[in-house]
Amino acid sequence: MTKTCTFTLDGKTIPFEEGETIMEAASAAGVYIPHLCHHPEFKPHGSCKLCTVNIGGRLGAACTNRAADGMKVDSETEALNADRRALTQMLFVEGNHICPSCEKSGNCQLQAVAYHLEMLTPHFTHFYPARDIDASHPDVLIERNRCILCELCVRASRDVDGKNVFGIGGRGIKSRLIVNSASGRLADTNMSVTDRAAEVCPTGAILRKRHGFTVPIGKRLYDHHDIAEVPEAGLKEPRRD
Amino acid sequence: MKLKVATCSLAGCFGCHMSLLDIDEKLFDLLKVVEFDRSPITDIKHCGPCDIGIVEGGVCNAENVHVLKEFRKNCKVLVAMGACAITGGIPALRNNVDLWDCFQEVYHYGIGLENGQIPNDPELPLPFDKVHPINEVVRIDYFLPGCPPSADAIWKFLTDLAAGHEPKLDYEMLHYD
Amino acid sequence: MTEHNVCDLPGIVARWGKDPANMVQILRDVQESCGTIPSDTLDQLARLLGVPRVRIEATASFYHFFHAESHGAYEILFSDNIIDHMAGKEALKQYFCERLWLEPRKLSEDGLVYVDDTADIGLADQAPAMLVNGYAVPALDHARLDLIAELIRAKKPLGEWPPMLFEIPDNVRLAGPLMGEPFAPGAALQATLARGAEATLAEIDAANLRGRGGAGFKTATKWASCRKAEGEALLKKHAGPPQVFLGPLGGEPSEARFSGGDHYVVCNADEGEPGTFKDRVLLSSHADLVFEGMTVCARVIGAKQGLIYLRGEYKNLLEKLKSVLARRREANLLGRNILGEQGFDFDIEIHLGAGAYICGEESALIESLEGKPGKPRNRPPFPDRCGYRNQPTVVNNVETFACAAKIAERGGAWFASIGTAQSTGSKLISISGDCQRPGIYEVPFGVTVQQLLIDCGAEDAHAVQVSGPSGTCISYREFDRRIAFEDLPTAGAFMVFSPERDMFEVARNFSHFFAHESCGFCTPCRVGTSLLRNTMDKLAAGKGSAYDMHEMKNIMRILQDMSHCGLGHTAANPVVQTMEKFPDAYEKRLKKLDFEPAFDLDGALTTARLITGRDDEWAHLDND
Repeated sequence: MTKTCTFTLDGKTIPFEEGETIMEAASAAGVYIPHLCHHPEFKPHGSCKLCTVNIGGRLGAACTNRAADGMKVDSETEALNADRRALTQMLFVEGNHICPSCEKSGNCQLQAVAYHLEMLTPHFTHFYPARDIDASHPDVLIERNRCILCELCVRASRDVDGKNVFGIGGRGIKSRLIVNSASGRLADTNMSVTDRAAEVCPTGAILRKRHGFTVPIGKRLYDHHDIAEVPEAGLKEPRRD
Repeated sequence: MKLKVATCSLAGCFGCHMSLLDIDEKLFDLLKVVEFDRSPITDIKHCGPCDIGIVEGGVCNAENVHVLKEFRKNCKVLVAMGACAITGGIPALRNNVDLWDCFQEVYHYGIGLENGQIPNDPELPLPFDKVHPINEVVRIDYFLPGCPPSADAIWKFLTDLAAGHEPKLDYEMLHYD
Repeated sequence: MTEHNVCDLPGIVARWGKDPANMVQILRDVQESCGTIPSDTLDQLARLLGVPRVRIEATASFYHFFHAESHGAYEILFSDNIIDHMAGKEALKQYFCERLWLEPRKLSEDGLVYVDDTADIGLADQAPAMLVNGYAVPALDHARLDLIAELIRAKKPLGEWPPMLFEIPDNVRLAGPLMGEPFAPGAALQATLARGAEATLAEIDAANLRGRGGAGFKTATKWASCRKAEGEALLKKHAGPPQVFLGPLGGEPSEARFSGGDHYVVCNADEGEPGTFKDRVLLSSHADLVFEGMTVCARVIGAKQGLIYLRGEYKNLLEKLKSVLARRREANLLGRNILGEQGFDFDIEIHLGAGAYICGEESALIESLEGKPGKPRNRPPFPDRCGYRNQPTVVNNVETFACAAKIAERGGAWFASIGTAQSTGSKLISISGDCQRPGIYEVPFGVTVQQLLIDCGAEDAHAVQVSGPSGTCISYREFDRRIAFEDLPTAGAFMVFSPERDMFEVARNFSHFFAHESCGFCTPCRVGTSLLRNTMDKLAAGKGSAYDMHEMKNIMRILQDMSHCGLGHTAANPVVQTMEKFPDAYEKRLKKLDFEPAFDLDGALTTARLITGRDDEWAHLDND
């Protein structure tokens, strides 16, 4: 199907279909816009704000704003990338992201986006929040220290698995990942390791047990390749049942 | 004139220093342009006026602060090297544990302990509630991430600095683990 | 004393139509009867309503007024606006706690009473104020607190407390066309029916009425767009591409249950902007005007159901409003075939909020009406096309509906003759702070700040916060500016500060407010408001540096540029503006020009000193 409408992204002409978002059209055209809460298989969310672009002089999230014919969009500007870096740094200091101790390291989107944005330090003052680890489930681990509240697991469990295992509780800086059980334990939900929600986490917050460190350093997703060159990496990894 | 460089390790594992040594024979090239002041390499205990200070490790106790402040005072350029200096790193895993519980575990209930007592010797550095990255205590000019940063990254970083331009790491040199 | 722990869950659920969209109301009722929202209740609710527990928990844990732990028989929440502070709130709170031998945020040992703070409760003209089990008590002083402490110690049920404690005068100091002229219920509706819906819309248009919530969007445009928008029936007909609507928040399924009408009228009575209290007075003494405006809107857009989202802090108005609604039903001003007009059916339901400023944002308000956490939706689509239950919805401020009723009654030209060309009509200003006569001032748009200051007796004012923390802080140099959409737009707050006030502390109070009220949905606001608050606290502790000032400026720019909604966009305003207009307030606090540690170095050794019993030289650090 040929797309008849176009807009420009950093001067490049991007074709799109009626109803497509800027993010969808850009991805289809092979142009990367940094993002964390967006995933092509799920409905747009618009919370991480990393994909903020300049749409004809107005700032907006590429994942929730629709493309319009003749629209002029800027993404790869120094100012926008500096702000994206700052948002990534905010995500780092908000949680407890200790990469050397994390089995997702090397395959982690948060880390990869930070590499892409050449983040050298989390910069802001760390919050060091007290957050729980839930190891109750036989096959799936929740490490809330690494949760960035993107709600991909919430969406995957609700929209794909039809289970509603996850949700976000609290508000503001005290927002936290909650699960669908009175005990608050993952083991008491109907979560299964084969759920889409078990593999969609962009960070190391939801992990399948006994799969850690199976890929040696040097062979991990982002060891040699910038996330911009590895489209949707880490999200569509084959299930290892 | 050679650049004067000082290095130290605070709440770290000396892994970054090991990586520095991993520069191997190129260390000889490095020594053509730099001269080490305080550093585990020289065993000098206090740093004097330096061009570059390189700090490994985060800040976990009062002594770390004294050393760090001495570095800040004496070094024109201060570099945070490695995950611990930049984020607190592995030592910061204790930030989720109450300090009292840490002491109990170490001095009262640890395996092999009997009638353990919590020491009150002024010689022992007194620990903070939490481990902090060094940029939360003094102003830092450059950050060189990695756990540890590779020898290549350290080499690239130092030679860039010595040559007087902004250090720039290639994609594969920039990592947090 | 309320009898707690007897909770008829099935009854509550049935009362709310067994509809999960009424979750906030259901949880309110649960807490009202149980005193808390116990964890096992969530499971029972999940079973009764057929929705996952996790969604109920998300809602229950979002709102400030809901809690799983007991807050005793008496929950005391002190209003925490800067105006309350200026009126001695902190000292009074401490006095009160000492009288009852308790600590804030800790249930008293006898399990009787709990004391905490809460965001401004809409009584800045009678500060300091508090909520007792959700009911407002204004004008606190030692005598009133002594009395309250006595009543609590005697375990007197709230219903037996002296009514004078809960008396809240309107304090209308200057009345105009809205408040000063008599209004006969039904007059605006009769005029509307005589004129017809389209012609009424034309009058609203001719009046150039703009939204009174602060943003100033043209009301007629909103109504016209909603009137035109396709409701449920039409959408179903061409069940076209689902992408037409992104849907709220990544398309969380709305528990829609259509009850006939597919257009909705929603009145935003979530008057949460600190320093604003005009809706309180409108609803307390002019509710007919507001309800009539909603009914006029219903006639214009073709809605059968209206909802008023009343902030939880105004629970004391609930019974009064219900009785006005009942009276209007009896007078056939609500219900079926209103005023004999065949097929003109409309009724209004009251929903109470539960302590969340963000619900004043219209799409967050709709989420809350649908029983969810109040997180703003992705827009477009706007509510006029996709609002409550994803149907076309008009959301207007209380005052806007009141104006609409007057316009329907007296015509657009009359309204447009008041105020300025771009800002027609009158505006209700809620004045508080350092002035002799705090209260409500109804003034024509275009009035100068100076004039208002003279009216309220604040000739020596140093600064005014117009439209609350999210509005504009102006200094004495700008008092010739005008209250109007083209100069100083306002939702109504007007907080006056005398030269003795520390404008840094004003901004710091507001930074705490925004950090507390951020919904947490987007990164910049969730993290940025807390970073900003923490840095302001650092400055307040005398540990600030020029570096911190530079950092705050960067965080504030990111908040303004990258946030998801108005809360984040405006959360930095107080700090940005006071930094610019009162730089001395900041500079005098900077300890060093270069850099100061992010945390209290010596303080961070306190625990270890206690554990080791050390107090030697090496057990301390200079914070310099």
